[in-house]
Amino acid sequence: MKHETTVTDESAQRPQGRKWRIRVERRLSAPAWWNVLVPVVSVALALLFGAIFLKMSGYSPVKVYTIMFKDTFGTRYGITETLVKATPLLLSAVGVSIAFRMQLWNIGAEGQIYVGALAASWVALTFTNLPAYIMIPAMMIAAAFAGGLWAFLGSAPRAIWGVNEIITTLMLNYIAIFCVEYFVYGPWRDPSSFLFPLSPVFPKTAWLPCFGRTRIHLGLIFGIVSALAVGLLLSKTKWGYEIRVIGENPDAARYSGMDISRNIILVMLLSGAISGIAGMCEVSGIIHRLQAQVSAGYGYTAIIIAWLAKLHPIGIIIVSLLFGGLLVAGYSVQIYGIPADIATMLQGSLLFFVLGVEALARYRIRIIRSSPEPVQAQHTADDVAREIT
Amino acid sequence: MPQEENNIIEMHGITKRFPGVLANENIDFCVNCGEIHALLGENGAGKSTLMNILSGLYKPDEGEIFVKGKRIQIGSPRHAIEAGIGMVHQHFRLVENFSVAENITLGMSTPRFGLDMTAIEDEVSDLSKKYGLQLDPQAQIWQLSVGEQQRVEIVKMLYRGADVLILDEPTAVLTPQEARELFDTLDRMKATGRSIIFITHKLDEVMHVADRVTVLRGGRVAATVNKEDVTSRELASLMVGKEHSTVLPDKDTLQSEPVLTLSDVTAYGDRGTIALDGVSLQVRAGEILGIAGVAGNGQRELTETITGLRRIHSGTISLHGQDISNKTPLEIIDSGVSYVPEDRYGTGMAPNLSIVDNIILKSYRTRVMSKGPFIDYDAAKRQAKELVERFQVKTAGIHSEARLLSGGNAQKLLLGREISSDPKLLVAAYPTRGLDIGAAEAIRSILINQRNQGVAILLISEDLDELIRLSDRIAIMFAGKIMGTLNRDEWSIEHIGLLMAGVLDVQDEEALT
Repeated sequence: MKHETTVTDESAQRPQGRKWRIRVERRLSAPAWWNVLVPVVSVALALLFGAIFLKMSGYSPVKVYTIMFKDTFGTRYGITETLVKATPLLLSAVGVSIAFRMQLWNIGAEGQIYVGALAASWVALTFTNLPAYIMIPAMMIAAAFAGGLWAFLGSAPRAIWGVNEIITTLMLNYIAIFCVEYFVYGPWRDPSSFLFPLSPVFPKTAWLPCFGRTRIHLGLIFGIVSALAVGLLLSKTKWGYEIRVIGENPDAARYSGMDISRNIILVMLLSGAISGIAGMCEVSGIIHRLQAQVSAGYGYTAIIIAWLAKLHPIGIIIVSLLFGGLLVAGYSVQIYGIPADIATMLQGSLLFFVLGVEALARYRIRIIRSSPEPVQAQHTADDVAREIT
Repeated sequence: MPQEENNIIEMHGITKRFPGVLANENIDFCVNCGEIHALLGENGAGKSTLMNILSGLYKPDEGEIFVKGKRIQIGSPRHAIEAGIGMVHQHFRLVENFSVAENITLGMSTPRFGLDMTAIEDEVSDLSKKYGLQLDPQAQIWQLSVGEQQRVEIVKMLYRGADVLILDEPTAVLTPQEARELFDTLDRMKATGRSIIFITHKLDEVMHVADRVTVLRGGRVAATVNKEDVTSRELASLMVGKEHSTVLPDKDTLQSEPVLTLSDVTAYGDRGTIALDGVSLQVRAGEILGIAGVAGNGQRELTETITGLRRIHSGTISLHGQDISNKTPLEIIDSGVSYVPEDRYGTGMAPNLSIVDNIILKSYRTRVMSKGPFIDYDAAKRQAKELVERFQVKTAGIHSEARLLSGGNAQKLLLGREISSDPKLLVAAYPTRGLDIGAAEAIRSILINQRNQGVAILLISEDLDELIRLSDRIAIMFAGKIMGTLNRDEWSIEHIGLLMAGVLDVQDEEALT
């Protein structure tokens, strides 16, 4: 945040003759309990907003919400499916969050998932005779490498010429998706698939192990480990420190001798590698083959998750579970004739209200019974800090 | 009460306070019809604040304003322009992707519907021809040079019917040729009865173009005089004030070895203009070399080239005889250069990170502060606590965010961090700017202490009193050049003032008057 911002905005509502005015002021610091209140209020508002739509479409909001809740967190199947859906979300949200920490807007997680899946599939379909303990790590390395490469393609122009990485990473998503389509419609199409765009099934050695008889696979552990590892990286290591300083104030980073371009590339490599592993987990843990659709927009949902969690690793784990649950709930209400898009809509409105409430919470409204000539001052952070100490 | 018929603007008893600063104190300021009135003063003298009040950006705490004899309240720039007052700011307020004519009508409430761009363009052409301000009304702003953009701003104000035009340091961004053209334009406007207020710190411009001069110093009016009645020497001493006695213990540093040597260094500024023009200077161990000069004359670029943040075009910079020109900031830090930057929150710190994180900004790579790839936060906390105690920093705790520190406390910590690496050279840019007296004194005594311990210090300041108190020698910068370097026994405040305003010697001054 730059600090020459005007701290006191005056919306000069000054009807003549009346001696009061409304002033919108920036809060200098928010009390700690805001961190709890803001998410709770936002979730409530998002649910209310969804309820209005449900009501207008002729459904009972209470009933729909009850079904959604019961079928996700109320049954064994619901819980396991929630964890299954949360896995790719968690991994790619961790991936994007580390880039966001450095104010690198990597919105290419979707593409990184696809190339990760593609590279892992290449390993599984090419070296069919490898034992599992070599196959799985080899697939992971290939996926991480591919995801990292994809992120590198998006970030190198930024590091060298300052090209906006939002555009490059977004464009690379489409290229990645079309690459996967090329392979499943073309060279890798399973001859026995009746012309469906599917690759042959991977050898069993390329399947990620599952927990018991559920569909929950090892990817969930990868996700949790990566979240914790990134948390540790950021808070305890020299590299993590550089990432935080660059994200907070690139000028200070340059001043203290940090190499920003190098960090842009390294952070994007890591970010892409984690999303690449998310793609590998989907093909190796769930589908067991490559198909045209690897991800149902997980890479985009991950962006929402990372923001809702304020880029905090533990927060990302929790929000990923919540969003996994929302996806499952979306499928479960379909049985009752309610479109699954209700889940997508709730996701969107959650982000909307969280960002909205948070922005509003940063300000307070004061009504001032005015002294004759109120003053609109341009405070610098310097001055403000002086006032409060 | 308005005093004189001929006064188009009268400001009486204007006082304006900012938190911790009295920017304007009981200022009286009048402008006649059809005159060019220079407003002269150093940075922080209150020139821009006063004019921002007149143009409606700030409201005065006390005082009244009369325009054409009528008392008015100027609540916003719109009120100001309705009263016929237009200001051209140092940083232009133009939309890059709009044409000249579009920028000129932007924000006007007439016509309400249906812009007839051709008519507006014609009018703009007429205006610009009349005043010799060459402009293509259809050109887009981004295609224009800085000088042309300034013309757009001036025409914009004329188009809105400004009778009084305020120009804030208009020549700062212009080439000498463009500046001469601007002065011609100002003369033409004067001939049509318009008044011009010309904010500047350059004496030769005042002598060249102004009819009357008001000198501000420390937020107060030092004098208002007719140009014919003064010499630039007198204006210089009005601008910088009286001489103070020295407190620095005398010490013969002329013999000690040079730490930093710049020879013939040339560098470009952000806008691609020459910011350092053949600068040569030396800082010796155990001395403070003060750099005097009005901000924006190359000081920032000087600090940035020394610390590796800006590339130099030619010349060399060496530290203890080793060439450090165009080395990376990290290499320069490692060779023993510490730096207190001008913008302490914007460059010197990461305000949203904790005090501990800010303390290790320079040292997190060292063995002391790290264990392998990890940062040793125990060591970091110890150092943060030590610095907080040693420099008596008032904080809510070492884990609170750095942005919550007051200016003085932030600066103490920053300076503490910079000297804790035992530097050979300390570059300090405006280290006491904006601080209260107590904090400023604390900072000064740290600097003197470092000097006595043998550190070479390059001190940039706009406070001449401070420079005279602290410096062993003073170099004066003007327009990217070193105008001269004076020893303690050679300098007088008058002499420094003249050099700061770009007047090289007495002969020059006589040529001007």
